[in-house]
Amino acid sequence: MKEVSRSVGTLLLLFALCFSLQGFASSESDDKADGAVSTKEEVEAYIQHHIKDSHDFHLFSYTNGAGERKHVGFPLPVIVWSSNGLASFMSSAFHHDDSGEVIVEKNGSRFVKLHSKIYELDGGANEVKFDEAHHPTNAHKVLDFSMTKSVVGILLVGLLMLWGFSSLAKQYKTKKVPTGFGRVLEPLVIYVRDEIAKPNIGEKKYRKFTGYLLTVFFFIWILNLLGLTPLGFNVTGQLAVTAALAIFTLIIYTVSGNKDYWMHMLWMPGVPVLIRPVLAIIELAGAFLIKPFSLLVRLFANISAGHIVVMSLIAIMFTLKNSLGVAGATGLSLVLSFFITLIEVLVAFLQAYIFTMLSALFIGMAVAEHDHEHEHDAHGHEVADAEDVRENFI
Amino acid sequence: MDILINDFSPGLFIVQTILLLGLIFLLVKFAWKPILTSLNEREEGIQGALEAAEQARKEMQNLQADNDKLLKEARAEREAMLKEAREIKDKMIADSKEQAQVEADKLIKQAQAAIESEKKAAVADIKNQVAELSVEIAEKVLKEQLANKDKQLKLVESMLGDVKLN
Repeated sequence: MKEVSRSVGTLLLLFALCFSLQGFASSESDDKADGAVSTKEEVEAYIQHHIKDSHDFHLFSYTNGAGERKHVGFPLPVIVWSSNGLASFMSSAFHHDDSGEVIVEKNGSRFVKLHSKIYELDGGANEVKFDEAHHPTNAHKVLDFSMTKSVVGILLVGLLMLWGFSSLAKQYKTKKVPTGFGRVLEPLVIYVRDEIAKPNIGEKKYRKFTGYLLTVFFFIWILNLLGLTPLGFNVTGQLAVTAALAIFTLIIYTVSGNKDYWMHMLWMPGVPVLIRPVLAIIELAGAFLIKPFSLLVRLFANISAGHIVVMSLIAIMFTLKNSLGVAGATGLSLVLSFFITLIEVLVAFLQAYIFTMLSALFIGMAVAEHDHEHEHDAHGHEVADAEDVRENFI
Repeated sequence: MDILINDFSPGLFIVQTILLLGLIFLLVKFAWKPILTSLNEREEGIQGALEAAEQARKEMQNLQADNDKLLKEARAEREAMLKEAREIKDKMIADSKEQAQVEADKLIKQAQAAIESEKKAAVADIKNQVAELSVEIAEKVLKEQLANKDKQLKLVESMLGDVKLN
């Protein structure tokens, strides 16, 4: 009986989630005058817009009685490094414009916002001119340190993590076993330590890297989950964010690599001398390009794809309204988006786990103690130890 | 690819790098280090407690075994003592019985001897008395009988008759 009521509760929660996502999907932050999303092209543009970073925190939009499109949300500070130095203003200065029409003047520079990017107009230009590919010809991008929606998400998650985990840490001062929310967090910390850090790095050296792995795991996981809420964060779907994470892992395993690691990478023992330089090139490419690239693309692609799929399925409501009828399209959309959202909850965890696990694995390979005195069995074959199996697996 | 590169925001990359660095630093200092230390301490504590419990259990077992051994020994000793006591008792009873028998036999013999001698004395005495009484009776009878002449003659006659019969 308890089980049933629990699953009913979960269902209700997820339906609520779907409805709120739907609410977000049907709202509109575009610069169009009417602003409502109903056609296929509009849906596509909306999704494209959503998975990008944004300079203001948009909650929802509606059309009031007078036929005006109202946007509800709050502006975020724009901080850019322009040709005239640092300039900052609130994003509301663009009046929700995203097509480069509204020009903001600050510190002698003129800025426009075009497809969620801030451009600085070249000297003397009064409006943006486009070439055939819709690239601006008389404006250039600026280094954008703005506190965008993603930055807000990062700060929010950072503060949440600091608050949650430092309160867990404080609990240990007075008691052996945490109570309350700490009881939820503790097994997760132990999970990362025992299932990710220890088996991949090794019992002796895991401690030094566990802090990084824990931070990355919870950072990615919470951001992934936040991305599923109607707040519409897509932080782990930003290349810049996943690239930064991957480069952190790269720096850590490069810096902590031991002599064996470099030896195996640059001058592989046990193979003919002529092959060694070739292997070195492959190994170097693997360590400095392929590994971090696979990390950053995997996370980015999975999360972006998840957002696109969920939003597309919700958009079935508008796009298939004519062929299936309102009830049919809504029902289909709800059922499909419900199940995909369930899967996305799993993916949110899975991607955090995979990123952390692979980071731990790469670090583990860099710090592993290779013993070349491998054990031999009775027939003279090498007995593969865990280290070798792991390398083969990669 | 073009879109991806266009979407890559160097500013966000820098901001994320700085924020992540700060987050890692703060979390390691204020959360992960104390948490992991406490977890390790607790796990070691649990391990230690488990080992101590195991040790205590073993000691308890040893103690129990010792106790059992002592108890067994004590029981055996008691058993032996009881047996010995029983034997002693039995022997004592047998001895006493024998002694009593001997004593009793002796007493009975003495008593028999005494009875015998008393009986003999009594018989002898009775014999004497009977003899005296017979003599007296005979004297009296004779005195009575012999007062009359006929009677004397009659007596002699009967006596003579008796003698004939005998």
